[in-house]
Amino acid sequence: MIVIVCALILLMLAAAIAALLFKDLINAVIASCMVSLIAAILFYLLQAPDVAMAEASIGAALVSAIFIIAIRRTQRNEE
Amino acid sequence: MRSVIGIVLLLIIAWGIALSLDRIPFGESKTQVGDYYIEKGREETGATNVVTSVVVNYRGFDTLGEVTVLFVAAIGLSAVLSARRKKQKGEVEPASLVLNTGCRFLFPLILLFGAYIFIHGHLSPGGGFQGGAIIASAFLLVYMGCRGRRISETGSKTVESLSGLIFLAVGLIGLVVGGRCFLSNFLPKGELNSLFSGGVIPIIYIAIGCKVGSELGGIIDRLVEESG
Amino acid sequence: MTFLQDYAYYIGAFGLVFVGLFTMLVKRNLIKVIIGLSILETGVNLFLISVGYISKGTAPIFSKAGLEAERMVDPVPQALVLTAIVIGVAVLALALSLAVRLYHHYGVLDLRKIKEQRW
Repeated sequence: MIVIVCALILLMLAAAIAALLFKDLINAVIASCMVSLIAAILFYLLQAPDVAMAEASIGAALVSAIFIIAIRRTQRNEE
Repeated sequence: MRSVIGIVLLLIIAWGIALSLDRIPFGESKTQVGDYYIEKGREETGATNVVTSVVVNYRGFDTLGEVTVLFVAAIGLSAVLSARRKKQKGEVEPASLVLNTGCRFLFPLILLFGAYIFIHGHLSPGGGFQGGAIIASAFLLVYMGCRGRRISETGSKTVESLSGLIFLAVGLIGLVVGGRCFLSNFLPKGELNSLFSGGVIPIIYIAIGCKVGSELGGIIDRLVEESG
Repeated sequence: MTFLQDYAYYIGAFGLVFVGLFTMLVKRNLIKVIIGLSILETGVNLFLISVGYISKGTAPIFSKAGLEAERMVDPVPQALVLTAIVIGVAVLALALSLAVRLYHHYGVLDLRKIKEQRW
């Protein structure tokens, strides 16, 4: 059990560092969406189903959609 | 150069935090307020979801503040992005038939699922905010799938304002009837685990669910309209 | 092993906080800074929920009629984090609208070039 939790936390940190390092902004948004999804799984493992549902629906779906619509209005690459 | 300064600053902060993390043992009971809410929550509010009774009944004023913050953010977004009214209607290429029909078929099912979640907020995990977000993602599906269809702006603004007013009206009625304080629980508690239990909690959660759903749908509508 | 069991969630939460802070301090593109803000808020919410965890506890919902409150997890941090998630999405929406407006006005999203252009 603790091995699964450690693997999930490592995956979440790797996705966060990838969101920092990507040059294409759409890739960075998808990496931050993955951070939100793994955080929702961790919320469920910490016995908080309300918060897991809120994080999955608001953090993963709506925030990523708002980011992608805003990136379409501005430029796509970082430099 | 800037990244070196950033890493040094973050290492200093990390050292300070690591020193004080010893005082927070993981997995032990730390406060007594939570125990009081778990023991007395069922009799005093009638809702079986303790988190819902904390959010709506014991800390209902904080929820009112949060709904206000969301409202101000939606108004601010509308004010900053003043949409230049050039609606070129005839230039949107329609999506393929499969995508169009699939999205139109799924839209009422997702609305029904979101309504189920915020109506049963006091019995199972869920509530107003989660259900409202699911309703907003149903609108997002229609925007992405069937291009050229928009939700009516006056309809969404009317639903949003009316739901906020219902929340405030329920709070003000609590001043007159029942416990004589703002947002008091004045309806009968009912029996546990049934749909009509919890007093005033389902009414407030239905109002919050409609309000958050139409608000987030309005935010997405305003952002998509800007992009032309 | 017990060190990992005790501190795994804290290390994960503060790792996210530091990655988000580093992105906000160092990166120049405005949308990258806002992505860093989103990661920072997720880290803080994870820390709050992991503080409220009681070992071998269950979710604070009385789903069956005769369930007793043996060991339930603290419900107060969950209520506060629910509020925090919704306020986080409100702040992100407003920040992105300001970024779109800045791009219309200046033509670039690089913070240093915007600072140079001034008036």
